Amino acid sequence: MSLSVDILHPLGAMDLEVCFEAPRGVTALFGASGTGKTSVINAVAGLLRPRTGRIILDGEPIFDTAMKIDLPVHKRCLGCVFQDGRLFPHLNVQQNLVYGQKFAAVDSTGPDLPEVAGMLGISELLSRRPAALSGGEKQRVAIGRALLSRPKMLVMDEPLAALDEPRKQDILPYLERLRDETDIPILYVSHSVSEVARLATTVVMMDKGKVTRFGPAEEILSDPANVRQLGLREAGSVLQGVVAAHHDDGLTEVTVSGGTLLLPHVNVDPGHQIRVRVLAKDIILATKAPKGLSALNILPADIVSIRDGSGPGTIVQLKAGEDLLLARITRRSAEAMALKSGDRVHAVIKAVSVARTDVGGG
Amino acid sequence: MSDWLRAEEWMALTLSLKVSFWAVLISLPFGLLVAYALERKEFRGRQALNGLVHLPLILPPVVTGYLLLLAFGRRAPLGLWLEETFGLVLAFRWTGAVLAAAIMAFPLMVRAIRLGLEGIDPKLEEAAATLGASRFWVFATVTLPLLLPGLITGAILAFAKAMGEFGATITFVSNIPGQTQTLPSAIYTFLQVPGAEASALRLVVVSIFVAMGALVASEVLARRAAKRISGR
Repeated sequence: MSLSVDILHPLGAMDLEVCFEAPRGVTALFGASGTGKTSVINAVAGLLRPRTGRIILDGEPIFDTAMKIDLPVHKRCLGCVFQDGRLFPHLNVQQNLVYGQKFAAVDSTGPDLPEVAGMLGISELLSRRPAALSGGEKQRVAIGRALLSRPKMLVMDEPLAALDEPRKQDILPYLERLRDETDIPILYVSHSVSEVARLATTVVMMDKGKVTRFGPAEEILSDPANVRQLGLREAGSVLQGVVAAHHDDGLTEVTVSGGTLLLPHVNVDPGHQIRVRVLAKDIILATKAPKGLSALNILPADIVSIRDGSGPGTIVQLKAGEDLLLARITRRSAEAMALKSGDRVHAVIKAVSVARTDVGGG
Repeated sequence: MSDWLRAEEWMALTLSLKVSFWAVLISLPFGLLVAYALERKEFRGRQALNGLVHLPLILPPVVTGYLLLLAFGRRAPLGLWLEETFGLVLAFRWTGAVLAAAIMAFPLMVRAIRLGLEGIDPKLEEAAATLGASRFWVFATVTLPLLLPGLITGAILAFAKAMGEFGATITFVSNIPGQTQTLPSAIYTFLQVPGAEASALRLVVVSIFVAMGALVASEVLARRAAKRISGR
């Protein structure tokens, strides 16, 4: 299952000119506010009619100006989750959840109500009204409702943007489960790099109505050329790791392609995959293997490229094993250390954040 | 109450209730349709329709009644057609009073329903559509239930207005006791007859009670419906 979008639409002062493909997994539409992300989602959902172009879902055109196809919203088989939940206030949680089920194709298959309610942790809420739910609960019900309409694809427009940080952290694991436990591809709009880094398998970067880059998440996030758009603070790379062992002192050993990392306890059984995110600002470079340093995680790496920013900083792209890393250092240190591409260095990793990719063992 | 009211007065009251009931029942679907079109649709002639709906509110009722007579009188084209096709006669019959009351109450009903529609977030309807609901089902399962308080308010407001309609009714269907003499017409008649002030006064009291009752009922019902919707 996949989605391919190629549309052109005038949007106020700018033109929306978007062309990308969303394969299986989570495709994140990433960009600052006002770059037309929501318009793309609306076009896919059928809520906005682009001037020209085509949108193909699962091999079938759902919109094509050349072929004069414009499937109405209710026939597109998309499960939409909006920023503001949009639960039906006159129905209780259970009635909200099954709302789309009666319109789904008779032969459609997918998880049923108990399964979805269990996966999203809302089994206890079924008899409540939306007015009695917290923001986080509302969003989980909205996700469940979309899922139970048996969609070919889930479309989520900043589903976490209206929530505070703790609530976001509550919901992210559920979205990860959705990604890993169902076959339904997800189109996910976000302006938060950390969300994208945690969830996305494919990233579509947008700026002023245009797609600036798109490709696998690891590649896009660790490309120095994108650092500016991602924001210096949030720039960083995503590594795939496997939990090797849990040590007695509370540390978890994780194997990545470039070596091993020791992380504060990760609640995942050995043998399972996890995603490890390392921010560019959390890497220090050393030309010789450092000694007498408190940092536990040091990976040998080769410099791939060095890219100066407009300020005093420099972004260094490194390759550790198969993984790409980004390090942000000052231009002064880069010059003092005489760094150039191809050099072997040691990447000292100060901090790591972990996202589970496999909840099965968790 | 039938002891307290004299036969003539009782007749006027029951006729008014009957006329108002049918006026509301018949105009409700049209009111819903027009309110929905005015609130949610962009079309040519929207302003003209809006004006037309509001016309009975601003025209002198006598004018509206006379226009009805011109259109639906027994020799008028529309009146002839109705009589020939459906055997339906409006002029000087209680059915005509229903039409007059419905038209006079229509603007109030449409306004109340529009107000109700305004309070419904179209994004909820969009959400229903993305979940696979066709336009009809969106309307039936989301719009209509959420509109219930607005519909109740509109219906009861229209009922109260129909109960009090005088000018258009007396012009279009006259003031025939037992046939077209509604409550206001009866009060008017009693006031013209020496010694009938008591009858007029009793009907005035009845009118006040009916009007107040309608107002309270609309408040209570609309609030209860709103409560049911929000689940609070």
